[in-house]
Amino acid sequence: MTKIGLEIHSQLTKLESKLFCSCKANYREFEPNTNICPICMGLPGSLPRLNQKAVEKATIIAMALNCSTPEKIAFFRKNYFYPDLPKNFQITQLNIYGDTSVGGTGILMVGEKKIRITRVQLEEDPGRLIYEGSSEKNLVTLVDYNRAGTPLVEIVTEPDFENPREVREFLNILSDLLENLGVSDPSLEGAMRADANVSIEGGNKVEIKNIGSFHDLEKAVHFEITRQQSLRSRDIPIIQETRHWDDKRKITISSRSKEEDLDYRYFLEGDIPWIKIGNQVKEKLKSEMPESISSKKQRYISKYGIPAQVADVLSSDKFYSDLFEDAHTKENAKEIANIITTDLMGLVDTREKRAASKLKPSHLQEISDSIQSGKITRNSAKNALYEIVKTGKKLSDIISELDLGNVSDESELSVIIESVIFEEPQAVEQAKSNPQTINYLVGKVMQKTKGKADPKLTLDLLKKKIR
Amino acid sequence: MNIKISALQFTRDVKSGNISAEDFIAKTMEHIKKLDGNLHAFLSLNEKAVDQAKEIDKKIKSGEKIGQCFGMPISIKDNICIKDTKTTCASKMLENFIAPYDATVITKLKQQDAIFVGKVNLDEFAMGFSTEFSAYGPSKNPWNMDYVPGGSSGGSAVSVSAFECVASLGSDTGGSVRNPASFCSTVGYKPTYGLISRYGLISYANSIEQIGPLTRTVEDAAFMLNLIAGLDPNDNTTVDNNNEDYLKDINSGIEGKKIGIIKEMIGEGINSSVLSATKDAISKLEGLGASCEEISLDMIKYSVAAYYIITATEAGSNLARYDNLRYGYDFSVEGYEFNSYIEKARKKFGPEVTRRMILGGFVPSAGHAGKYFLKALKVKSKLTRQINDAFKKFDLLISPTVPILPFKIGEKINDPVALFLIDINTVTANLTGKPAISIPYAISNGLPIGIQLIANSMNDKLLLQAAYALEKTVKLPEVPL
Repeated sequence: MTKIGLEIHSQLTKLESKLFCSCKANYREFEPNTNICPICMGLPGSLPRLNQKAVEKATIIAMALNCSTPEKIAFFRKNYFYPDLPKNFQITQLNIYGDTSVGGTGILMVGEKKIRITRVQLEEDPGRLIYEGSSEKNLVTLVDYNRAGTPLVEIVTEPDFENPREVREFLNILSDLLENLGVSDPSLEGAMRADANVSIEGGNKVEIKNIGSFHDLEKAVHFEITRQQSLRSRDIPIIQETRHWDDKRKITISSRSKEEDLDYRYFLEGDIPWIKIGNQVKEKLKSEMPESISSKKQRYISKYGIPAQVADVLSSDKFYSDLFEDAHTKENAKEIANIITTDLMGLVDTREKRAASKLKPSHLQEISDSIQSGKITRNSAKNALYEIVKTGKKLSDIISELDLGNVSDESELSVIIESVIFEEPQAVEQAKSNPQTINYLVGKVMQKTKGKADPKLTLDLLKKKIR
Repeated sequence: MNIKISALQFTRDVKSGNISAEDFIAKTMEHIKKLDGNLHAFLSLNEKAVDQAKEIDKKIKSGEKIGQCFGMPISIKDNICIKDTKTTCASKMLENFIAPYDATVITKLKQQDAIFVGKVNLDEFAMGFSTEFSAYGPSKNPWNMDYVPGGSSGGSAVSVSAFECVASLGSDTGGSVRNPASFCSTVGYKPTYGLISRYGLISYANSIEQIGPLTRTVEDAAFMLNLIAGLDPNDNTTVDNNNEDYLKDINSGIEGKKIGIIKEMIGEGINSSVLSATKDAISKLEGLGASCEEISLDMIKYSVAAYYIITATEAGSNLARYDNLRYGYDFSVEGYEFNSYIEKARKKFGPEVTRRMILGGFVPSAGHAGKYFLKALKVKSKLTRQINDAFKKFDLLISPTVPILPFKIGEKINDPVALFLIDINTVTANLTGKPAISIPYAISNGLPIGIQLIANSMNDKLLLQAAYALEKTVKLPEVPL
């Protein structure tokens, strides 16, 4: 049986400052090496100053993954040399001397399947290395420490996945969960990274590192399974090793560095005293936790009668569910859910579009009200939504500017219908014998009115005139 | 003008207008320039000290608000960061490191209008007990220039003892404040772990070390503590002392106090003059109304071994950042791969640092941690339990600060094991986090002897009261400069 385990790193992007200093956690908008201070640069004499908020957020993640949470947590030093590591050790957590990480064993359900969580730990992200130069000879490595010290949560799973599809489903669920908790924005570049370990029946475990995206992770795992199976079929032994994902060639290659042989000389970080997370604190954190995705979904279905599929989409995306929560009333919930999941989705499908969107919850209310009162058609609503996302203008202004108002005047509509009947004699004859085909004529009327004809009135009038 | 006065006397004299800060600092700087060519307490001097003193005098004249130090000249061990000042750790590795920020203790002293006359010598990265491991040459003991001043805060002790300043800040990882204080006949005080912020102290073994004052009197040590102790958001290990005033009631005496004489610290290898000075101190304390009784803390016999394993482990990690990438020295990296690069980059470390770094790579490593590092941690926690039990019965513990007299420069430098035994009486306070103080007590053949008192955690006030009482029983000759 194929066994796959994951190590996921998620930055706590919603925090204001780094894990041990007051530099910005959001390092992305800075010029290289400008979001730094003596602490995150590990200058002689500096000491880590623990960001308590980071401990809280990490604990919330552990709770959401149903992990055990110890009474007291501690930090450890992981000692190794790397240019992106200012102190040449990383402050991280460990469970080998008792459970002292923010999270112990837990479980996350992927559909009907239980994925066991080994632990959740809080640690500092290193800086970033940028390789420049065209050939081996003039290759330079640039170091940017802006990211150094950013709060990072590592989530380790047991090898409970059997195929790349389960891996992808898990990562989708986990990334939605982290976003819903308000701790991280997984769509930010580099905010979520993962390593995988893969073994096939009776074979050694192989670790894959350096995987840039979740999309590539699935590919890397798939490649690695195929590679191992092919070795097996030729009776070549599978060596326990670390392999790197080659992003360009889309294959895994053996790392020459023997990372598995590294001795990290872990020991307690004396500069950060043990932190008590008592029941009271845990209860408080629990009470402040946002509603879970599954509970939201259930509520949408049972309280508003929203179809399960729509509720699923709505609840798992924080951007949509936040909009929905702010915009809906008991009466218009279904309509608003509908507008979001059918019309809005295509307009805000990337983080850039979401950031640029001028849409407010009140807009959705206006649209829903106008559809229900027959002021505009669903079709026009879609056009209006496009304008709102772009400009943020009021719906009423957009209706008059773009002339989106319904054609519901009987005499006006009658003139249009007459012309359609005149132009489509064949279809009219067909509709007389087969009433189902009348929709074709309705469509023609819509075409002439650019979708603004009141559909019910159109149908009534058509039926009357053809009969 | 007499510069051989205590820190508190200095503040009183300046405050009352008896002396001006400028005159005192000018005379002190002159004195340093005259003596320090031989003593070598200083690694760098503050050329602006006299100008800074002028500013202080101006402030006093104009009736402006003035800090409690009144321009008091203080020397700072060169492993504590002063902004825009070289902080070398007496190492070639940090030869050109200019600290871009102030240590918390420096910020606090600046706020109180102290003047830093210069940075003083130490064993490289505070590893050693004689300053002989300074990359810039040893300091000399003012009592006898052929002898070591102790260490690692040797420069601090020399500068206080030779009147090159009125007080100094050192750091104490295993006795580095108390040992040179004992060898140079000054007061040396290591407070409870966490009482003084370590922010800006360049780490050697961060879980056990503390900044501590070296002063002429116990009162001065209490005064310094008032200025620099307390909670610091930049050091998560600091503790809240509720703004305790350590000078208040310092003369409370020790009547009725129970004092334990640590058996393991007056045993094998102790110098006979040191032993008789200790016995004398005990009888003096009894004369003041304390009751003294022997106590055995048998884990002490493992304490030095545990101390070296723990400090080497932490040093191996704390000093790993000196990889020549962010600070260090220029050399062409052409032709180096990782291992040869690191080897070359680390050539700037001296022999003692190298020794401990190698040890620090070994004792906590996989396959050896169980035999060494984890055992050392067990010794540490057992020793802590024993001393905590002792403090259920006793208010204070007493021992000589160092069981031997100061030794000659070069006499023991090639005998690391002998040097290590010098730590036996001081490391316990570091491993257990307890406050301890060395008080100048006697002179034997022209060489100083110090007595150590240890108190329970956060009983620093009691410790200073007892030290004050003992100090009052002693009259020592002036240093023969």
